[in-house]
Amino acid sequence: MNHDTGRIAHRFAKLRAEGRAGLVTFITAGDPDLETCRTILDGLPDAGADLIELGLPFSDPMADGPAIQAASLRALNGGMTTRKVLDLVRGFRAKDGATPIILMGYYNPIHAYGVNHFLADAVEAGVDGLIIVDLPPEEDEELCIPALKAGVNFIRLATPTTDDQRLPVVLQNTSGFVYYVSIAGITGTASADNTAVGAAVGRLKRHTDLPVAVGFGIKTPDQAANIARIADAAVVGSAIVTRIADGIDAEGKARPGLAEDVLGFVRELSAGVRKARI
Amino acid sequence: MTRPNTFRSGPDERGHFGIYGGRFVAETLMPLILEVEKAYKAAKADPAFEGEIRQHLKQYVGRPNPLYYAERLTEKLGGAKIYFKREELNHTGAHKINNCIGQILLARRMGKTRIIAETGAGQHGVATATVCALFDMPCVIYMGETDIARQQPNVFRMKLLGAEVVPVTSGARTLKDAMNEALRDWVTNVADTYYLIGTAAGPHPYPAMVRDFQSVIGDEVRVQMQELEGRLPDSLVACVGGGSNAIGLFHPFLDDPSVAMIAVEAAGHGIEKGPLEHAASITGGRPGVLHGNRTYLLQDEDGQIIEGHSISAGLDYPGVGPEHAWLNDVGRVEYVSATDQETLDAFQLCARTEGIIPALESAHALAEIVKRAPKLPKDHLMVLCLSGRGDKDIFSVAQHLGVKL
Ligand SMILES: Cc1ncc(COP(=O)(O)O)c(C=O)c1O
Repeated sequence: MNHDTGRIAHRFAKLRAEGRAGLVTFITAGDPDLETCRTILDGLPDAGADLIELGLPFSDPMADGPAIQAASLRALNGGMTTRKVLDLVRGFRAKDGATPIILMGYYNPIHAYGVNHFLADAVEAGVDGLIIVDLPPEEDEELCIPALKAGVNFIRLATPTTDDQRLPVVLQNTSGFVYYVSIAGITGTASADNTAVGAAVGRLKRHTDLPVAVGFGIKTPDQAANIARIADAAVVGSAIVTRIADGIDAEGKARPGLAEDVLGFVRELSAGVRKARI
Repeated sequence: MTRPNTFRSGPDERGHFGIYGGRFVAETLMPLILEVEKAYKAAKADPAFEGEIRQHLKQYVGRPNPLYYAERLTEKLGGAKIYFKREELNHTGAHKINNCIGQILLARRMGKTRIIAETGAGQHGVATATVCALFDMPCVIYMGETDIARQQPNVFRMKLLGAEVVPVTSGARTLKDAMNEALRDWVTNVADTYYLIGTAAGPHPYPAMVRDFQSVIGDEVRVQMQELEGRLPDSLVACVGGGSNAIGLFHPFLDDPSVAMIAVEAAGHGIEKGPLEHAASITGGRPGVLHGNRTYLLQDEDGQIIEGHSISAGLDYPGVGPEHAWLNDVGRVEYVSATDQETLDAFQLCARTEGIIPALESAHALAEIVKRAPKLPKDHLMVLCLSGRGDKDIFSVAQHLGVKL
């Protein structure tokens, strides 16, 4: 039975109708603390985020650079748990029924929660999709297939190392959109060259009708605009998370105005993405 | 659980030992993991590869090393007849080099030009730096800052051998964090880099490949015991960090039902003190997914990985190789643990009765022998894997004994 909320598909259809690309923003759930995170999360749609990726904190984020590693640690030190992440989504969903929320993280916290139990709770909370970094198609039976059955989109990462032969394997059970990781590397480090990204997006489009979002290394409104010209969405993560880190005092507490500053940055990113195709 | 006909057929095509193992890695690495698997399969089928390994193990590592009858220890404990498999006599002083020779030859066959590795105690780092010097390849070793502080001699050794040692400052700054950082390097440098994993863990095909390269330990024991006693040993005892020396000793005997196997995990300050105080993933953890495989892990209720503790930097890893997880569940191998204190006692006993200073890792296995041997008959043949020598540990042992060097 498929309970897919269809929020992701609706959102991309709406973007297409508006003739523009989308902005996907990443923040780690519980960073820098639960309340500040809630304020940021709730403010994201108004600041121009079209889709939201919410990081599920993990002690060993192997594919992440220093910025997101530190965010995960801040969240965990503040007592963040998978249950509290789902509560955060539930609270958001009560106020916003349209903006898709995608949980992004690693498998073990979900494994520990219990896959079926987690999927039931995620659907109930209003989660639309999952991006689980350490679950390649070779491990689809673990979570991908159960998620699709539960009506949760499973968004796969395609990378510069995913060649034409492998691409169909990666796309097979992907739904919602495809996330193109524009560099071979970890989050928050190098930025890709636009020509190479354009070619890669073209290659993906030959293999799938799904929207293609591009991320890793997008740090400024201009870079977001450049990606918005060649892809269906631009994903910004480490740059936003770094903005959060900049708003923390020496004791690790959020300074007044942190959420407003972060949302202001998201507004700039959104403006970049919106003007890209005009 | 039904008992399989053979314990030696794993893993399956997808790298599973029962429910354990697998390939839980980021997509960027997946094509590379598949390439390693393909290259290893081809190498295994090529007699020239086997020949090259044999030659290096003989000429460079100094194999076969002895299966030594520890007569004074046997008399002192008054029970089982104890043999030491002398892996500590290998070049670089531990079993780690067996695996490094195999993997660097594979990396060369794959045309890789840069080697990275993680290390805890520094033994695997030293062994990797050594083979990189031998084969003239640039080498980067990731090592937690905490481990760098407690394993200074090995850090300097790696540098002398021409390796770059990168301090890792995330997490508890020990082995697990070094492995995270090595994986981050690998995703960033997929084209030219080979990740030389130091234990029988990680994504498929590493657990099987490292086991194969370490099985020379058990293969030699089988031949040597036949020569010395005209029969199979009765029990095998080895320490388990990730599990490479243990699986190397055990694997050739898994289908000999008369051979008992005991693997010893690090109980640190005591398993009953909770997961922050020990590093016994099987005896004190539960199944989860980390570093490319499903296995027993030290983790909290929410699936966050817990930093274990052990006096030995080579054992305080919160996971264990997937084949061990399976061998535990099917009951073929018995998993027990030894505390820091029991280990220190066994360490000193070995030095004084046999004139051998063992690695703290190996001393965990010795602690189990001290408990077990006295209760066994004199014709019980017991083999200890003396996985490494203890020179690297004298500073931390001195500190624990309250001696200033
Ligand atoms: C001498 C020695 N023995 C044992 C180990 C534990 O590793 P494994 O369980 O892979 O044999 C180490 C690890 O550093 C070691 O240096």
